[in-house]
Parts: sequence; structure tokens; C-alpha cells
Amino acid sequence: MNLQVDESGRLRHFLSVEGLNRAILTDILDAAESFAGVPEQTVKKVPLLRGKTIVNLFFEASTRTRTTFELAAKRLSADVLNINIDASSTVKGETLLDTLRNLEAMHVDMFVARHGDSGAAHFIARHVQSHVAVINAGDGRHAHPTQALLDMFTIRRHKGGFANLRVAIVGDIMHSRVARSQIHALNLLGVEEVRVVAPRTLLPAEVERLGVRVHTELASGIRDVDVIIMLRLQRERMQGALLPSEHEYFRRYGLTDDRLRYAKPDAIVMHPGPINRGVEMDSTVADGPRSVILQQVSYGIAVRMAVMSMAMRSRSGEES
Amino acid sequence: MVTELNPEALIADMAEALRAEIRARGIQDPLMIGIHTGGVWVAQRLHRLLGLSSELGTLDISFYRDDFTRIGMNPQVRPSNLPFSVDDRHILLVDDVLFTGRTVRAAMNEIFDYGRPASILLISLVDRGGRELPIQANVVGRRLHLERSQQVKLTGPEPLELRVQDLAPGDRG
Repeated sequence: MNLQVDESGRLRHFLSVEGLNRAILTDILDAAESFAGVPEQTVKKVPLLRGKTIVNLFFEASTRTRTTFELAAKRLSADVLNINIDASSTVKGETLLDTLRNLEAMHVDMFVARHGDSGAAHFIARHVQSHVAVINAGDGRHAHPTQALLDMFTIRRHKGGFANLRVAIVGDIMHSRVARSQIHALNLLGVEEVRVVAPRTLLPAEVERLGVRVHTELASGIRDVDVIIMLRLQRERMQGALLPSEHEYFRRYGLTDDRLRYAKPDAIVMHPGPINRGVEMDSTVADGPRSVILQQVSYGIAVRMAVMSMAMRSRSGEES
Repeated sequence: MVTELNPEALIADMAEALRAEIRARGIQDPLMIGIHTGGVWVAQRLHRLLGLSSELGTLDISFYRDDFTRIGMNPQVRPSNLPFSVDDRHILLVDDVLFTGRTVRAAMNEIFDYGRPASILLISLVDRGGRELPIQANVVGRRLHLERSQQVKLTGPEPLELRVQDLAPGDRG
């Protein structure tokens, strides 16, 4: 059974791009297009989720993602509660299920969950009451579907669509839940070619089966692409002997103005943030005319507004 | 039973009535806003007939509906586009069918989130009665007294066609 959609094909939970279809992804992008205009209003909010309570349940540190989810909920007029569970409850021996039951008793309508374990959002969705919706804000190495969709929204805004596009994802594919969700979304939306560009040590086994072409050299990997998505290099990976050094990584995979010339002249450069300047890319690229990194942040709010309002359960079930 | 009305002729009459209303009120340089979808089609024609100088605004009131908690979000929502500041301006708000008044209430709420207009006039192609809120139109193309079991529907944009029909039993429109 697909947890994410109900019998009539409407979004119930948003847990991963896998399991969804092109029509739902397109609906989300279209709704986000409408929400993108809300900040232009004098009153920067709409009354859509007035009286609903949304809990940001973060078991893993995050500033940007949590902030944009919080702002998205507030622009929908929902009431928002942020709960950061690092040690607070777990040291007292409270399990995840206990935490959920306690919050449900407070009449919460939606959980936005981030957790270090792959599959955590699915687990939560299986155990909440039927009127509660769950949004995955990142689980382990598995998925980060709202990030992927805001990237798709950014690509569609700049390129007008997805057909005939070549997209390169550069960096630590192995540990990246963002990359996994992006690859699924790009293939569902029908781009011509998805490439992953990374050293062998940062590529998962059989990555080709996700529907990508593999390149281990940056120059060939970004040649003639329309979109370059740089991933954040987690500095802790340096200790695991996966990479010799940041300096060496930048020398082989860092994006500079010179290397950007391999891509199409109108190629855009994306990054989920926060950037390690001088590791993934030069500041001249990050702050340059091809970079759409700050727009990704703005669009992230609109896309999260769309996902939240589409997944929010109607009070009396599926009457329509 | 199906009744057909000629929307283009109604709109031409409405343009005359609206011109008189604007003159009587001494309104200068009004802004016109159409409500998606049918209201935009009517507004496009009125905008042209009146020769208004400022661009036509469009409003999708999906985010302001009062039945969201019952029926959820309409996935076919379109962006609202108000390419002007509404502050201290006179607004001509155009819809196709005035019924319960809830759409107009939602539209006014949305407009006020963009600013504080000097005034709003309501223009509707059809007023079919059945109001649930204290809202009345200033200019109406045609008044109809319809049963709840009847539906009036504008299709378009080219050509505009306006039909009254009986709903099949169980179809609540």
C-alpha cells in the first residue's frame, strides 16, 4: 500500500519522491507557483491553514530547513511548534512512539520530521492517527523530498520545463539524501539525462540503476549540461579515508569560473546550502551571475507551503 | 431544460452601466480585477470596452476559501496577479456568477492583504440569488431566479457561452 496517496490519488503524507508520480509532482510545482506570489502581498500570509497546528519535530540539527518550514507554516497561518529532540527526551527513556502519542494528545494536525535514521518519516506516518499528516524533512541517507522539489521548481522557473535538459549532480552522492530525491524527481519529470559526478569513493554501489550516467571527472561530467547541482561536502567524511583532503577535492571537483565554461553558456548553478566556499565551489561562482542559490532558498518556502497545504487532512475525511 | 443566454450582449450592456456608475461616483482611473476563471473572461471584455489604462489584475481565491477544512485544497489553483498597488485606489471587482457571496468575501479578504483600497465595486455577469452573506453587486448583467437544483455556467474564453441547466439528482455542483 502506498502510504503517501489516498484512494482518490491525493497527497496524504509527503515522505519520498519515490512512490509519487509526475502528476502529483507537477501539481505541487503549480501550487508553489501560486504561493511564490504571497511574499509580494502587504500581508505576507494567506489564511489557508488557520487553526491548524504543525509540529516541526527535529531529531537532527538544522537551521535552514527548519526555518523555511516554520516560515512556510506561518505564511499559511498555521500555529507552529518547534521541538528539537537531541538529548532532552531520549535520555529520559522516552521512545519515539511515546513522543508522538504525547504530541497527538495535544491535537496536532501535521508533523514535519527530520531524523538521522533512514525510514524514520515512514515509521512516523505508519503510527500517527489517520487525521495527522507527515512531511519528511530529511531521514538519514534516504530522502529529502522537499529539497528535491524546490530544486525542481528552481529548474522549471529558469529553464521553463524539464524535457531536453541535461543535469549534473556533483559531489558526495553516497551520503546524500538530497541527491537520491533529486535523481528520482528528475527522472519522473522526464529530463533527458541525469549525470552524477564524483570520485568512486563517494558513489554508492550500482548507482547507475537509479537512472544516471556516472562521471568521475568534472570536465566531462558537466560538459554541455543545462543545470549543475553541487552537493555539500560533509567535512566529517574527510576522516573516513574517503577523501584525501579538502584541498585535493577542490582541485579535482571544485567549480570555478574556468570550469564552468564546460557547461552550456546559460547553465545555472545550484547548491542546497550551506556552501563550503573554496571546497565545492569558488566564491566567484557562488556569488556569480549563473548562481541561483539564494533563489532556491526563497522558492523553498513556496514549495513547502504547497506540500503542507496539499497534505493537510480535511477535517471530515474525504468528503468532497 | 437548458437555457442559453448571450453573454457578449450582456457584457456590452454592463459596460454602459458600469461607465455610468463610475461617472456618477466621480471615480478616476479605476483598477479592474477579475476572479478566476470566468470572472477573468468577463473582466477582459469589460476592460477593453471601457478602455481602462492600467493592466487587468487577476485573483485566484483558492487560498482564501472558507471551506478548505472541509474539502481541502484545489490543486488547479492559479497565481493571483495584481500588477499594481491597490492602496487608495478604486477597484472594479468582476465575477461571472454571484450566488452565496462567499467567493466575493474571499476575494475582498485577499485584496485587503495587498493593501487598503479606497473603494470596491462589484460587477457580476449573472446574479442568481441565494445569498448567504450580506453582499450585493453594483452592476449585474442578468438577474435569474434559480432553484438550488439548477446551475448556471459560463464557459470560454472563446466563445463565451452561458447556460442554465438542471443538475442531475445527487450532483451538487
